[in-house]
Amino acid sequence: MADRAPTVPLTTAPLPTVPLPAQSVSKSTSKPSSIPPASSLARFGDKIYGAVIFLASLSIFGIILWLFWQLTGASLPSIRHFGLSFVTGSEWDEVSSSYHVLPYIFGTLFSSAIALLLAVPVSIGAAIFLSELAPRWIRTPATFLIELLAAIPSVVYGLWGIFILIPFMKQFIVTPIVGSRLPHLPIIGELFKGQSAGYSMLAAGMILAIMVTPFITAVTRDILRAIPRSQREGSYALGATKWETISQVVIPYAKSGIIGAVILGLGRALGETMAVTMLIGNQPPNTPNGISLSVFQPGYTLASALANKFSEASPGLSTSALVEVGLVLFGVTIVVNGAARLLVFYTAKDVQGGK
Amino acid sequence: MSTTLSSPPNLLAKSTGNVAGRKLKNIVMLTLCIIAAGLAILVLGLVLYFLLSKGFSSLHIRLFTQLPDNIDTSKGGMAQSIFGTLVLLGVSSAIGLPFGILGGIYQIEARGRFASLVRFFTDVLNGIPSIVIGIFAYAAVVFPLAQRTHGQGFSAYAGGFALGILMIPTVMRTTEEILRLVPFPLREASLGLGATRWRTMWSVVLPAARGGIITGVMLALARIAGETAPLLFTIFGNQLFATHKVAGVSVPTLTAPIDALPLRIYNYSQDVDPNHNAQAWAGAVVLITLILVLSIAARFATRGNMQEEK
Amino acid sequence: MADVTTQKPTSLQDLARAQTSAPTATKILAENVDFYYSAFHALKTINIVIPDRQVTALIGPSGCGKSTFLRTLNRMNDLIDGTRLTGKITLDGEDLYDKRVDVVDLRKRVGMVFQKPNPFPMSIYDNIAYGPRIHGLTNRKKLNEIVERTLRGSALWEEVKDKLKASAFALSGGQQQRLCIARTLAVEPEVILMDEPCSALDPNSTFRIEQLMEDLKKDYTIVIVTHNMQQAARVSQRTGFFLRGEMKEFGDTDQIFTSPKQKDTEDYVSGKFG
Repeated sequence: MADRAPTVPLTTAPLPTVPLPAQSVSKSTSKPSSIPPASSLARFGDKIYGAVIFLASLSIFGIILWLFWQLTGASLPSIRHFGLSFVTGSEWDEVSSSYHVLPYIFGTLFSSAIALLLAVPVSIGAAIFLSELAPRWIRTPATFLIELLAAIPSVVYGLWGIFILIPFMKQFIVTPIVGSRLPHLPIIGELFKGQSAGYSMLAAGMILAIMVTPFITAVTRDILRAIPRSQREGSYALGATKWETISQVVIPYAKSGIIGAVILGLGRALGETMAVTMLIGNQPPNTPNGISLSVFQPGYTLASALANKFSEASPGLSTSALVEVGLVLFGVTIVVNGAARLLVFYTAKDVQGGK
Repeated sequence: MSTTLSSPPNLLAKSTGNVAGRKLKNIVMLTLCIIAAGLAILVLGLVLYFLLSKGFSSLHIRLFTQLPDNIDTSKGGMAQSIFGTLVLLGVSSAIGLPFGILGGIYQIEARGRFASLVRFFTDVLNGIPSIVIGIFAYAAVVFPLAQRTHGQGFSAYAGGFALGILMIPTVMRTTEEILRLVPFPLREASLGLGATRWRTMWSVVLPAARGGIITGVMLALARIAGETAPLLFTIFGNQLFATHKVAGVSVPTLTAPIDALPLRIYNYSQDVDPNHNAQAWAGAVVLITLILVLSIAARFATRGNMQEEK
Repeated sequence: MADVTTQKPTSLQDLARAQTSAPTATKILAENVDFYYSAFHALKTINIVIPDRQVTALIGPSGCGKSTFLRTLNRMNDLIDGTRLTGKITLDGEDLYDKRVDVVDLRKRVGMVFQKPNPFPMSIYDNIAYGPRIHGLTNRKKLNEIVERTLRGSALWEEVKDKLKASAFALSGGQQQRLCIARTLAVEPEVILMDEPCSALDPNSTFRIEQLMEDLKKDYTIVIVTHNMQQAARVSQRTGFFLRGEMKEFGDTDQIFTSPKQKDTEDYVSGKFG
């Protein structure tokens, strides 16, 4: 602040915030300056600037609150009418105005579980390959391909699923398994009961797996790359093989970061709408409570039910119940993402401590 | 020196027992990693292959110049969808960019607990599924608009609102990350000369980060260009251009239902008409090309910036 | 004693004799070693005899190649893309760079301690047990024995014996470095390479590690890279001076520091540059 003093002539408006010592002001009068003074206008500008950017950042809270308020408000009739039975019951019937979402919650969790089961081992293996094993001439194009696929929109994956994945699945997965003894085995057989037109939990789970794989791979690769080289060298210097170094030093070091990446992937899978809507069948499986453990049965997720039933919903309780579906989905993803972010946040701290 | 671990007597001796086992395990596990990577790349390659082969075989100039033809579906195009997507990108930018960029600036100007709280909730907002944002936009914009105008309420405004909200957290985080790369001494130098904070931001920090911010904006546009779920609740779709004349010039109508490329792809994929299916594939190629162009432009923006800094 | 320079010796015996004042067995022998990082010629025709169970110090200004040379001795440079080595390095007469040599076997025999302490993110106990475990030792009693012996060997036992399950990150920098030395001892190497092991430590920790080296040289061959000439003078019996990728002079430590034969060496040890 003091270095500004000589350039401030007496004639300007007094500076309200920084009182200058009289001595320095009188000195400056002897040497008129050609530099315009920092006027009160500029100070005022700084205040406005501060206020504007502050308000812009507040918009985040504003949006989340507004969103919560709107969704709660619109689903209030349904909340009042069904109470807790909304999430514990199974029936969704427009005719009798009876709306319950347990099968949708189950479908959301089931399809995401299939997706993670398929995607996690592949993603982590691929990330290890890209970070620890691949020569540069493979690493660069493979990384580019993975980034490219992370950018492809959901609706395009859905399109691909309808015309490529489902015919393939029917011919090479569903038909052979249904024809085999597998569905007749106890317990495991439950997973493969029933005929399927292709549109099924498995199809939804597979497309979700394909969609989250680039994401989990990219994040895990970044985490592995961030691990200090000295950790690997320390292990190699003790005579460890590459795999021993990866599995016993690198992965443990990255563990919570990788878990965070997987949970973020889960968050995406839970809320993914278009591709799932296009492949999951959108009809209840052939069971009394609308829940089936068979991966060949069709089903709903919260998001796909929302997308599918919206056009046929009538004003009133029906719409209100649908908005409540959105509210439930909002709650589920907030919890999952919040947990993942906190995990990644605390891992970052740990890693810093470890350096 | 007590020996509990035996070393091979010399380096060239064949490894035995434990060492051979370890080496075998090493090879097996590393091979599994390579297989995993190969599998991922194979599947992702198949996605791209069918997309390109199916898409390009039905790509036609009609797609860009004509409206859907309901009588002969093999003839029509989807010009109104491409137009709609561009309009929606414009509306959502108008809503999302100011909040996103200014909020990002706030996060580097401010420090302490509150800024990190903002950052945390930015990530939370980023993780909310787009369909939830869609139903929010329905409740917040479409429904009130329908009440007030006695129309349907489905409009470019509502779609742009939903997409704009999706943009905010993305732009905010990228802006913040990019501005953080501008060396702090550069800011101090300007502040030390007696410049005000906004002056420093406007004439020193932002120009240095210009490329990076453009990158962030492009990436955010690339992300929302393919969003479909929020549009189900907000724009309704349209087989015609949503325009009206102001002083004899056609301008986009923001209050009427409008079409969008991803929505059209979805609708055509659900259709039994093979011509529509083919057009869905072609539309997918157009959409991905648009996204790719935005992403590549984003890269170039940053690259230019990096070179300036050197 | 004959002139000791980088001139090509007539025979290996000559070289060994020339570089050694007292008769000791040769542990590592490097002959005409050249090393490249892609196009950069990092080491030029290095010849050196590293005697068994002594401390050999490598000194020289930053970027002179001394660390690069150290890392060729357990093939740590293999981990860096685009590196290339010509010439021959032998350990007990066996060529380290022979195609049939597995680096896993080599590194078990030639351990390394790094510039910055790099404990693994696990407990103190597990850090030390890591090496023996990967080499197939699962017997709990033997592991306990190794942990205690090596921690005593690295003068850390008294400080950590009550908190072996605590995270290694909780230790101070000097303790972490001694832990890393204990971890290296646990796989029972024959040679220990130390790459500026004290550069990140305070004087007191440095002193303790220097004492430790004095003890260790009874059982191990030690090669240490250091910036600190006093340290080289204190701990080593043999010293090599590197400059711009060449080894300018190699000989008994006393001789290098009191009557260097080369002008460059004299300038460096007397502090004229560095």
